[in-house]
Order: sequence, then structure tokens, then C-alpha cells
Amino acid sequence: MTLQDPAAPPATAPAAAAAPGQAAAPAPAIVCEGLWKVYGPDPEGALAGPTPPSAAALRESGHVPAVRDVSLSIAPGEMLVVMGLSGSGKSTLVRCLSRLIEPTAGRVTVDGEDLLGLDEAGLIRLRREKMGMVFQNFALLPHRTVLENVAFPLEMRGQRRQERRRRALEVIELVGLKGREDHFPRELSGGQQQRVGIARSLAIEPDIWFLDEPFSALDPLIRREMQDEFLRLQEMLGKTIVFITHDFDEALRLSDRIAIMYEGGVEQIDTPDRIVMNPATDYVERFTREIAKARVVHAAALADPGLSAEGEPVPGDATIAALGRRLVESSAALIPVAGPDGRSLGAMERTRALDLLFADAP
Amino acid sequence: MTAAPDTAPARPGGLPLPARPIAFALFCLALTLIVTAAALPAAAMRPPDWMVLPMADWINVTFAFVHEDLGLTVLTRAFADLVAGLLDITDNLLAGGRGGLGLPQIPWAAMAISGFMLGYGLKDWKLGALAGGTFTWLAVFGQWQWGMETLALIAVAAPLSVVLGFLLGWAAWRRPWVEAMLMPLLNIAQSLPHFAYLIPVVVFFGVGDHAGAIATVIFATPPMIRLTVLGLRRVAPEVVESGKMSGATRWQLMRYVRVPTARAEMLVGVNQVIMQCLAMVVIASFIGAPGLGYKLLQYLQGLKIGKAVEIGISVVLIAVMLDRLSRAWAELQPVHHERGTPWWKRNRLLLVWLGLMAAVAAASGLHDWVAEIPRRKAASTAFLWDPIVDWLAVEAYPYTNALRGWLLIHILIPLRDAYLAAPWTAVLALVAGIGWNVGGARSAAVCAGFVLFVAVSGWWDRAMITAYMVSVAVALAVAIGLPLGIWMARSERSARRMLLICDTFQTFPSFIYLIPVIMLFGVNDVAAIGAVVIYGAVPVIRYTIEGLLGVPPALKEAVDMSGGTRRQRLWSLELPMALPHMMVGLNQTVMFSLFMVIIAAFIGTQDLGQEMMRALSSNDVGKGLVLGLCVAFIGLMVDHLANTWAAKRRRALGLG
Ligand SMILES: Nc1ncnc2c1ncn2[C@@H]1O[C@H](COP(=O)(O)OP(=O)(O)OP(=O)(O)O)[C@@H](O)[C@H]1O
Ligand SMILES: [Mg+2]
Repeated sequence: MTLQDPAAPPATAPAAAAAPGQAAAPAPAIVCEGLWKVYGPDPEGALAGPTPPSAAALRESGHVPAVRDVSLSIAPGEMLVVMGLSGSGKSTLVRCLSRLIEPTAGRVTVDGEDLLGLDEAGLIRLRREKMGMVFQNFALLPHRTVLENVAFPLEMRGQRRQERRRRALEVIELVGLKGREDHFPRELSGGQQQRVGIARSLAIEPDIWFLDEPFSALDPLIRREMQDEFLRLQEMLGKTIVFITHDFDEALRLSDRIAIMYEGGVEQIDTPDRIVMNPATDYVERFTREIAKARVVHAAALADPGLSAEGEPVPGDATIAALGRRLVESSAALIPVAGPDGRSLGAMERTRALDLLFADAP
Repeated sequence: MTAAPDTAPARPGGLPLPARPIAFALFCLALTLIVTAAALPAAAMRPPDWMVLPMADWINVTFAFVHEDLGLTVLTRAFADLVAGLLDITDNLLAGGRGGLGLPQIPWAAMAISGFMLGYGLKDWKLGALAGGTFTWLAVFGQWQWGMETLALIAVAAPLSVVLGFLLGWAAWRRPWVEAMLMPLLNIAQSLPHFAYLIPVVVFFGVGDHAGAIATVIFATPPMIRLTVLGLRRVAPEVVESGKMSGATRWQLMRYVRVPTARAEMLVGVNQVIMQCLAMVVIASFIGAPGLGYKLLQYLQGLKIGKAVEIGISVVLIAVMLDRLSRAWAELQPVHHERGTPWWKRNRLLLVWLGLMAAVAAASGLHDWVAEIPRRKAASTAFLWDPIVDWLAVEAYPYTNALRGWLLIHILIPLRDAYLAAPWTAVLALVAGIGWNVGGARSAAVCAGFVLFVAVSGWWDRAMITAYMVSVAVALAVAIGLPLGIWMARSERSARRMLLICDTFQTFPSFIYLIPVIMLFGVNDVAAIGAVVIYGAVPVIRYTIEGLLGVPPALKEAVDMSGGTRRQRLWSLELPMALPHMMVGLNQTVMFSLFMVIIAAFIGTQDLGQEMMRALSSNDVGKGLVLGLCVAFIGLMVDHLANTWAAKRRRALGLG
């Protein structure tokens, strides 16, 4: 695999990128521009210069650039997965987007509203109506039962007791904790606690949902179930989701786009196919090197609309790995690819697909 | 000035090396001053009169100004009225006082049963038995009235302290400048001896039960402030964030997220408040607070030791009961009921309690003794104690007296004279030298500052007597506590047991320690020092054990694998590793000793404490506060040295 264009600036891909089922580009749900969060003795001063300082320069002066000049925009109903090594600033970015911490510089717009310009009341309103968040370390209230924890956001909104109880029981059942409503957090396992956190954030049916490693403590089985549940919810309700994970497979299953962070900056933000095929930087290339690319790349990504070929078309949303048999057994140079509606997307070169298929073999 | 300017190049981390020459010079200076004492001018021997600042007068003028001209009387009177009103209510209910709601006194049986149920509900039947038993003891041995008077005071003072401490702690948590202002004040307040609180209270509020309660409130508030700040600060940021994301307003965050999550720390604060209240309520008997303390004071003054012991037991029982109950409350974890548990099962204890209360109400109509056991009919254990006291007075007297005489003549008096004879300039140089050695120029300046304050306060000689008593007592406490601690730490089990004993001892109000020593030695210096030694040995033992237990097991194994014997392991590994923690214990011992020495003034010593008693009886706020500050500053000096040293040592040992 060759590196396509190492000099290309970190892609801050247009919002319209790949929100499925959204033909015309709608107004983005979240936009942030030039977002910075710097920790240290004098964060504002460190950014004061005419040109933004590099990460190394900031470190030199004793600052930590937790989020470094991030610009991105998220379409409504899009699921953006944020990945990156530990300490790369994922949680901090999400906290800036929900304004749990004040960014040092930059702008954030949520549904057209200037987030950083909101006063306290406005912020509270926004969170009560639109936002939900699942926390990395669960962050449950230790003195409240599962039911009371889940009902907490509803209680803050001033909902009536009976109503919030009913709603809380619903979501508790949804996350599979039925029968444990009256337990206290310390009486639950890590995975169960995590599911309480998920249920809590679900209770108010937020439009915008921040999920900070929401499945990290779940066993593979439940994790899969929860992922399915998420996909179902998103399909049904069209939520905008920012999802942090360390698990690339999870990212693949869920994401529309992936943002890869490194030392606070977004290195690349794009669809999984393009990230593995055209890594924007050295770092992304290294980050994705170990990934079985044939399982990531879809036929549609290899299809060249300028070409056409004979034969039964393969579906564009099938991964190369899934098409392995056909690729090996076929002898044609070009294989036609069709979109979900049966329309032709062009054809892909078989050798390129085979290269991908065998690139991961030792 | 002895605190010479910092000529040595300041190295980061304040390493002792560059500081040593100056410290050494200071030590030499001190030695020279002592050796040449005879040739020194009088001004170098004792702080000359022109140096003494009339601080007491200044304070008195300020107090008078604040009190009269600023109209603070309106405020203080309102507060006093509030406290008096609340006291009327609790006194009415618990001790059958005539004010308040005019209700009948709660029968002792009802209190005993409630105590049992509370203990049972909070923890187990043992705690229930302790609480129920304590009330029963009070009733059966004719101390109900006094015990309830004491509890009535605590029932008012403790909640007030908790509320006040919470509000101040919350303010300090919220606003850094409040904290910056409050924390040094708390440091001083917590090293002021009990008596120092009594004097201004008497001036502002007069004497009596309400004054006692107010002094108690002021004395018991600081730990609540500290623990509130600590608790609020410890709430995990993510939990707060989860509250924010749930759309909680500031008030909702405080009410539903922060305070409940900080519950454990705050309840530890409540526990400390209650214990401080008890300690102070006993001492507040000096300004006319009724209750067990008052009786104890009377009996001790009248040398009715048998009776005093009986009261002492009551105080100890109440102390242990209050401590264990409030601690059980702090440790209580909510437990859920299975779905579908009927309500009577969920509230089983409450229903049983209600039933029993009804039974008591019915029974008290049948027999008076259910409500109150008349004092004449009450049992007494005096028959048990009196022979022991008599035996001690007659049979053991020759021995204790000989010991006392020997101690006085060969150790105490020579030491005291030596302390008094030391030129004050030499003390200053010595202290500055120690400070420099421990923490460089800053520590030297801090320590010298504290000593200078004492010098200009005009109480140099008294302070030196206090210092002498404290040093003797601390030396003895260490001589007893250290080996005992090491010996007890030999096995996990004995260590736990000893720690439990130490815990229990530390809940006793300091006043209690006077009873056994007066029993043994009568009323004099030796008895006072004896009380201080017992009181001060407890932290030494405790911190020695904790320090030794805290040595990482991996290190112990490493020494064992190198073929070290137990003794070698102790000397080469465990003691050096535990030393920083033990130093903290020593620091506490000094603090405790200072407090105790001052309290012991009541049995006739000639130190700062005695002067403080005089200031108390003449309502001299200025004098009382200056004396109190002298004591506090001696304490703070040791505190500063011990903590600086321990912190440095910990860093050096990589203990974080
Ligand atoms: N309050 C703070 N003060 C100083 N530095 C901070 C603070 N919070 C975060 N940082 C720093 O910012 C950087 C990014 O932290 P962040 O929590 O966003 O990482 P992360 O990508 O979420 O990591 P993980 O995968 O481990 O959760 C880290 O280097 C961290 O040390
Ligand atoms: Mg994180």
C-alpha cells in the first residue's frame, strides 16, 4: 500500500461526506472551528501569537495541548467515531463539544446555536433538551439506586414522579437490567454500571449523543447486543452521535466517519474505507497498519465509475473480505459493482481487490 | 536577628547540605550563649520589659470596640438567645428542664430502647447493646440527670457546629479567597487550648449553660469546615459532569450530586464534631455548663475520687457510644430491598420501635421507675472504688510518694530550672538552627517568629515551664509508646487490637485522664505530667503501629530473602521507612500534651495554663488570648517542623 499524498493537510472533510439517506446536505448538527484546549500555566498566552503554536512548542513552555486546532462538522443523524491512543485528547474534545470544559479558543455551534455564547440557563436548557452523554468511568451517583440514577435527568427537568419512573423502567429494560432497578451502583458489576450510564443518557432521548467509550466494560456478547441496539436506535430516531472507542471493529460496525486524533489534533476525518486506503499522514498510516484492510474496504470504494464490466455485479456495501471467494474464483480483470438500489457504480479492478485481500496475509 | 540572610545558593528542593553551615553556626551561637550565660547582659537572659508589647491591652481595646461600638452585642445576643431557646427545648425533653416546650421528660427506658434500636439499625446488636447499656448505666447509677444535661448541650451544640461548619466549608470550597483566609485561622484555632475559647465566650455571653454551648460550638466547628472542603473537593469530576449533562442547575448539583456524594467525608466531620463537643462540654463546666463535667469538677476539687471515677466511666461510656454510633452512621451503606417487599417489612425496625415506645408509655403509668429511677434509690459503684482509692491512699502512698519525690528532686525540678535559666536569645538561636536544619531559611524564620512572639508577649517564664512539662511528658510518652507500638506491630492481629484500643482512648475527653493520676499521685506536678504522658502516648503507639504496618510487604520480603533477622529488618528497613509517619504521631503527641498541660493547670501547675485559669476567673480576654496564642504558637512551631521534616523524608524515601 502506498502512501497517497503525505503532504495533504489534515483532512477536515466536508460535512456532507457520508450521512446515509441524506441526499441534500442539511445544516450540520455540530460544527467546531479552530477548537483548542490547552492546559498549563497560561493557556491563553500560549495561543496568543499570530500563528498557532505547534504541539512541541506548547510542551516546551509547560503546556499540554489536549485539543489542538480541531475543526470538524457533524451532520444530523451522523455517527462520528473518534479514535486515537490514550491521552490523545478524545475525551477532552467531546467535553469541549458539550462545553463541560471551556475551550481555550475556537467556536462551537450546535444546531446553529453558538454553544460558547450561551449563558448558564441556556446551557442547562440545551442539555436538558438535546444532549446526552455516557461517561468513560460511568459516573453514577453512588447514593441512588439504578432507577433513581436513570431517572435523574428527568428529575432535573422537573418531570412528574410516575412519568419518570415509567420512562426509566423502559430504558432499564432496554439495556437488560430489568430486575435490578433497586440495586445501588456498588452492588453492580462494571459492565452493569456502564449499562446504567447508557440507560441514563437514553432516558431523555437526546438528539445529540456523546459516548465516551460506552462499551469498554462490557463482555463481547452484550457489547454486540448494545451495538445492534445503537444501530437500531440511530436508524429509527436519526440521532447525531459522537462515539469514542479504542476498538476498530466497533468503529467499523457503527461509524459513518472516523476521526483519528494524535496529540490533540485530528489527523484525518473520513470514511473508514478512505482512511485505510488513503491515510492522510504518516501517523494514520501507522495507526491503521495492523488492520485487516479487506474487512474495512467496501467494493463501492474500489469501484471506478469510469469503467464498466460484464457479469453479475457485486453489492457496493460488501467488504472485499466478504467478496473473497468471488475475487479468487473469477478470472475477469474488472468486476462490476452495484449500489443498494441496483444502479451500477462502475467496476473495480480485480487485482487491486486481490492486493487488498492478501495484503494482510503474513 | 539570628535568622541570618540566605547566603547559601538556594538549591531546589531545599536540600539540607547548603543550609547546614548556617544551622551549625546557629547551634554554636546558642551553645556560646548558654555557656557564657553568667556574663550576658540581663536583656539577653530574659526578654526585657521594654520588649514586651501590651498585646493583651490591644486585644481588650479591640474587643471592647467590636463589642460595644460596632454593635456586635445585637448579634451576639441574638445568637445567645437562639442557643438558649434550643437548649431549653433539649433540656426540657432530655433532662426534664422547665423551659422549652413544657413537655414531660423522656423516660429513661424509652431512651435506652431507642439507643439500642439505633445501634442495632446502624450496625449490629453489639452496638445496640453499647448504646442501650450506656443509657441503662446512667439511669441505674443515678447519673441520669447529669448525663442528660450533658447530652442536651451536645444535642444543641453539635447540630449548630455541623451547620456552621458546612456553610463555612462550602464557602471556602466555592471561593478561594475565603479558603485562603479561613485555613490559617483554622490552624491557629485548632491549636488553641480549650481554655482560650472559654474566656472570650464568657466576656461576650456570660456564664451558664448557653455560654458553655456557644464555646462548644466554636470549638467543634473547625473539623467540620475542613472535612466539608475535603469532601466537596473529592467528588469525582465525572460525577459532577454527569450531573451537568443531566441539565442540573447549580443548586441541583449541590443538593443532589455534590453533597450526597461527599456524604462519607461529611459524616466523618459530624463524628469529629460530636467528639469535640463532648470534650469541650466537659471542660465548659468551668464556665458553668451543667452536666457530668460539672459534677466531675466538683468531685475532683473535693477529692471525692470514688465518685469522680463513677462519673468518669459515664463520660467514657457516652464518648464511646457517640463515637461508634456516628461512625456506624458514616459507614452505613444503603442496601436495597427486593422488589415487592411489603412496606411493613421495609420499615420493620421503625414499627418495632414505635411499638416499644408505646409499651414504655403504658408501663411508665404502672411504675415510676420506668420513667425515672430516683437518685436515692440508685445503685452506686462507689463501694467498689472507694476501697481501691483508700488502699491507694494508705498502702500505695509511700511508694507513689517516693516515686513522686524522686522524680521531682532528681529530674523535674533540675530540668525546670535548666529551662528557666536558659537565656532567651539562646533558645531563639537554637530554635532557628533547628528550623534551618529542617527546612532552610523559611522554616528558620517561621520558628524564630513563633519564639519571638512568646518573648514579646511577656510570658516567657511561664512558657518555658509549659515547654519543660511538655518535653518531659513527650519524652516519657515516646519512651513508653515506641517500644509498645513496635511490640504490638509484630503481628497483624495484635496490631489491630492495639489500634482499636488507641481509637477508644482517643475518644475520651482529655479531662478524664486526670482521674487515675490524681488517684495515684494526688494533686501536683507529677500527676499533671502523668496525665499528659498517658494522653500523649496514645498517638505515639498508634502512629508507630500504622507506620510499621505501612511498610510495603515487597520490601520486607526483599530483606527476608537477603537473610536478615527480624531485628535487622526492623532497624534497617521498617523503622526508617515508618519514621515519617511516626513523626506525624510525635507532632500529635506534642499537640495533645500542650492541651493536656493546660488542662492540668487545674490541679496546680505554674505554667501558662495556670495564668489562663486566672484570666478566666477575671474575665481578661486579652490576657487569655495572648496566653492561648503562646500555646498555639509553640504547637504550630512543632507542627511546622514535624511536617516539613516528614514531607521531606517521605519524598526522599519515594513514599509519595
Ligand atoms: N485537567 C487537566 N489538566 C491537565 N491536563 C489534562 C487535564 N485533563 C486532560 N489533560 C491532558 O490532556 C490530554 C488528553 O486527555 P484525554 O482525557 O482527552 O485523553 P483520552 O484521549 O480521552 O484518553 P483515554 O483514551 O485514556 O481516555 C492528556 O495528555 C491529559 O494528560
Ligand atoms: Mg478518555
